[in-house]
Amino acid sequence: MFEIIDKQRLAAGVFRYVVQAPEIAKKAKAGQFVILRLNEHGERFPITIADWDSGQGTLTLFVQAIGKTSIEMSLLHGGDSILDLVGPLGLATEIENFGTVALVGGGFGIAAIHPIARELTQAGNKTISIMGSRNRDLLLMQDEMKKVSSEVRVATDDGSLGTEGLVTDVLNDMIDKGEIIDRVIAIGPLVMMKAVSELTRPLKIQTRVSLNPIMVDGTGMCGACRVTVGSEMKFACVDGPEFDGHRVDFDGLINRLKTYRPEEKKSLDQFSQVVDDECRLGNL
Amino acid sequence: MSASKGKKIPRQPVPEQSAKARSKSFDEVSYGYTPTMAMLEATRCLQCKKPKCVMGCPVHVAIPEFIKLVAAGEFIAAARKIKETNSLPAVTGRVCPQEDQCEKYCVLGLKNEPVAIGQLERFAADYERREGKIEIPELAPSTGKKIAIIGAGPAGLTAAGDLAKLGHEVVIFEALHKAGGVLFYGIPQFRLPKEIVDAELEYLKLMGVEIKVNYVIGKIKSLDELMTDEGFDAVFVSTGSGLPYFLGIPGENLNGVYSANEFLTRVNLMHAWEFPVFDTPLHAHKTIAVIGGGNTALDAARTALRLPSTEKVMIVYRRSPDEMSARDEEIKHGKEEGLEFRYLENPVRILGADGWVTGVECQKMKLGEPDSSGRKKPIPIEGSEFELEADAVVIALGSGTNPLIAQNTEDLKTDSRGRIKLSDADIQKTSKKGVFAGGDIVTGAATVISAMGAGKKAALGIHDYVMSQ
Ligand SMILES: Cc1cc2nc3c(=O)[nH]c(=O)nc-3n(C[C@H](O)[C@H](O)[C@H](O)COP(=O)(O)OP(=O)(O)OC[C@H]3O[C@@H](n4cnc5c(N)ncnc54)[C@H](O)[C@@H]3O)c2cc1C
Ligand code: SF4
Ligand code: FES
Repeated sequence: MFEIIDKQRLAAGVFRYVVQAPEIAKKAKAGQFVILRLNEHGERFPITIADWDSGQGTLTLFVQAIGKTSIEMSLLHGGDSILDLVGPLGLATEIENFGTVALVGGGFGIAAIHPIARELTQAGNKTISIMGSRNRDLLLMQDEMKKVSSEVRVATDDGSLGTEGLVTDVLNDMIDKGEIIDRVIAIGPLVMMKAVSELTRPLKIQTRVSLNPIMVDGTGMCGACRVTVGSEMKFACVDGPEFDGHRVDFDGLINRLKTYRPEEKKSLDQFSQVVDDECRLGNL
Repeated sequence: MSASKGKKIPRQPVPEQSAKARSKSFDEVSYGYTPTMAMLEATRCLQCKKPKCVMGCPVHVAIPEFIKLVAAGEFIAAARKIKETNSLPAVTGRVCPQEDQCEKYCVLGLKNEPVAIGQLERFAADYERREGKIEIPELAPSTGKKIAIIGAGPAGLTAAGDLAKLGHEVVIFEALHKAGGVLFYGIPQFRLPKEIVDAELEYLKLMGVEIKVNYVIGKIKSLDELMTDEGFDAVFVSTGSGLPYFLGIPGENLNGVYSANEFLTRVNLMHAWEFPVFDTPLHAHKTIAVIGGGNTALDAARTALRLPSTEKVMIVYRRSPDEMSARDEEIKHGKEEGLEFRYLENPVRILGADGWVTGVECQKMKLGEPDSSGRKKPIPIEGSEFELEADAVVIALGSGTNPLIAQNTEDLKTDSRGRIKLSDADIQKTSKKGVFAGGDIVTGAATVISAMGAGKKAALGIHDYVMSQ
C-alpha cells in the first residue's frame, strides 16, 4: 500500500497528489512514469512522475479527473492509500546542455514538462517554456514553471492570459523573430504534439514528444503500447515514452486511443451511478 | 497386479465438463480422476525396470514409483514422491505436453495408449492439496545467506522453494502486482485454476520466502544494487520471455488487433471478462481470428470463445495439423468447443474500415521441405489470396526477450536475440559474478517444466556458490 500524504485541487478536475513511495522516489528521473492500481478491481493506470523527493521518499502525481479511474482517484484524500504502484518505468528524458530548448506544455502536459524544464535549466540550457491552455483558470503551475525556466510564454485559446491562440503560434512567432532553438520538447494532447512536430520538421529542429498509448503491464510484455516510429514498431513502455516527433505516426496513435471509448463510457456511467447513490446516502 | 492383466485395461478417460456447458464458462474443463479411476489407471503401468518415460521427463520424475503408490491408494505418499524432483505437480500435470515427453516414451504406447502419467500426477497433487495434507518440508538450519529471485514464474518459484529448503533467506521480486508469471497472466483459468497457483505461492510463503510484487528490477533496483546495497549474496534472473512478435504486415495497428499476451493478460490478470465490475475492458467482438498454432494461440482462441459477445473463433495456422505445437488435449478441447481450425493459410494483410478491423487477407500455403525447426516449411501459393471476415485479430506468434535487465546490467552477456547467455549451463551461471539465470529468459519461449528444471539446477548452483564465498 502507498499512502497519499497530500492532495490539492489545482483547477477544475485537476489534482496534485504527494504519495509515499521511497524506493521509486530514489530512482525516479524526469520523463519517467509509474503505473498504479487503486484497488483489487482497478485497472493498471499509467501516470507521469511530475516530481519526486528522495529525501522525503515521495512522488508527486497529477491527475485529471476524466475517466473512471481518475475520477475514483479524485475521491481519495490525504491518509488514503493506493494498492499498487510500480516504477519508475520508461526511459528518462535525455538531459544535456543542448543550448536553447523550447519546452511546449499543453494543458495537463505542463505537469510533465515541469521537471524536465528544471533539469534542463540546471544543465545550463536556456529554457523557454511555452504553456498553453483553454483559459487562464485552467493554466497549471505558472509560478512553478517560472522558477524552473529561463523564460515563460503563455497562450490561451480565449486570450484571457498571454497570447490569444495556440502554443504553436507562440513557437512560430519566436522562431520568426530570430530565436535560435536547438531542441523542442512537447508534451500535451496528441494534436498539439503533432502540430508542434509539423512546425519544426521543415526547420530540422530536433523535437521530442511524450506518448501516452494504451498500456497494460508497462514492463514490455503485452505489446499494447505499440506505436509506429519511422517505419518501426516501438513499445512506449520500454522504448519510450519519448520519441522523435518527426517520425511518430500520430494519426495511428490517435485512432488506437479510441479503442475503449464505448467501454470507458460504460464504466464511467456505472461508476457515476454509484457515486450519486453514495452522495444521496450521505456517504461521500 | 500382473503385467499381462494390466495391458487389458484401456486408458481411463477423464471426466470433463460437457463441451456445451463449458463453452461460455471459465471453470476448469477437466475434473480429473476420482480415486477409483486413478487407482485403475495406475494399475496399467508395467513398472518397467528401465523406465523410458522417466528419460522423457525433463526433470526425471520417479514415474513408476509414484504410480505404484497411486495404485496402492497411497496418494499422499505419491504426491511427495513426485515432489522430490518436481515442486509444482498440480501445475505440470495440467500443462506439460506429456505426448511429447513422458507419455511419448511409455512402452504401452507402442501398441496401445500410454499410461496417463500427467493425469495421475495431477490427481496425486490435487488429492494432497484438497485433503489439506500439504506439509512444509524440513528446512535446513539458516545459512545466513540471502538470495534474490527476479521474476515469479515457474523458474523463479522452483528455485525459491529449493533455496529456502537449503536454509537460505529468499526474496522474490516480481514486476506485476501478482506473482505466478505465465501461470497467472497467460494460461487461462479453465485450464489451470488460479487457486492452484495461489496455493503454491502460499506454500512458498510458509517456507519463509518473501514475495515482493510491483518491483521491476533493472528500474527500481539494479542487480548490482541488490548485491551491494541490499546484501544479497546471489541473484537468480528468471524474467521469462518478453515482447510479443507481430506479423509485420499492413493493418497491425488497427483497433481490434491484439497480441495474445495482451488479450490473455486483460482477461486472466485483469479480469476483463468481468468488466465493468473490474475496470479493465476488452472490446466486445463477434468474429475473432487467432493467428498461430501453439499453446498461446489455443489459449487465446478458447478464451475468446468464452467471452459473452463472441460468435465465432478461427485459428489461422500457416502449416498443417501435424506441425501444431499446442498440446494435443487443448486442440481436442478446442475442436469440441467449436473452434474453427484453418490450416495452410497465412495472413498477408489485416483489413479495416474507420480504424477498426474488418477482416484478414490470407494466402493459401503448401508444405515444402523441412526447415531449420525440422518442420515442413510452408510455401505461399501465388494468386491464392482470399478474405476472411473478422472484427478482431489476435496474434500469437511467440515472443522475444524482455530488455529491461540486460539494458541495465552492463556485464551480463546476452545473445543476438537478447537472451541471457550462460557461462556454465550445468549450474545456470551467467557471465556476471553471483548472477544465475534460467527459464524463458535463457531458452526463449519454452515450457513450464523446462523452466522449473532450470530453477532446480540453479538452486544447486547458487547453493554451492554462496556456501563457498
Ligand atoms: C499463453 C501461454 C500458454 C502456455 N502454455 C503452456 C503449456 O500448456 N505447457 C507448457 O509447458 N508451457 C506453456 N507455456 C510456456 C510456459 O508458460 C513458459 O515457458 C514458462 O512460464 C516460463 O517460465 P519462466 O519462469 O521462465 O517465466 P514466466 O512464467 O514468464 O515468468 C517471468 C516473471 O518475471 C516477471 N518479470 C519480468 N521482468 C521482470 C523484472 N525486470 N523484474 C521483476 N520481475 C520481472 C514477469 O512479470 C513474470 O511474472 C505457455 C505460455 C503462454 C504465454
Ligand atoms: S513433469 Fe511433465 S513430463 Fe515429467 S512426468 Fe510429470 S507430466 Fe510427465
Ligand atoms: S504496456 Fe505492455 S508492452 Fe508496453
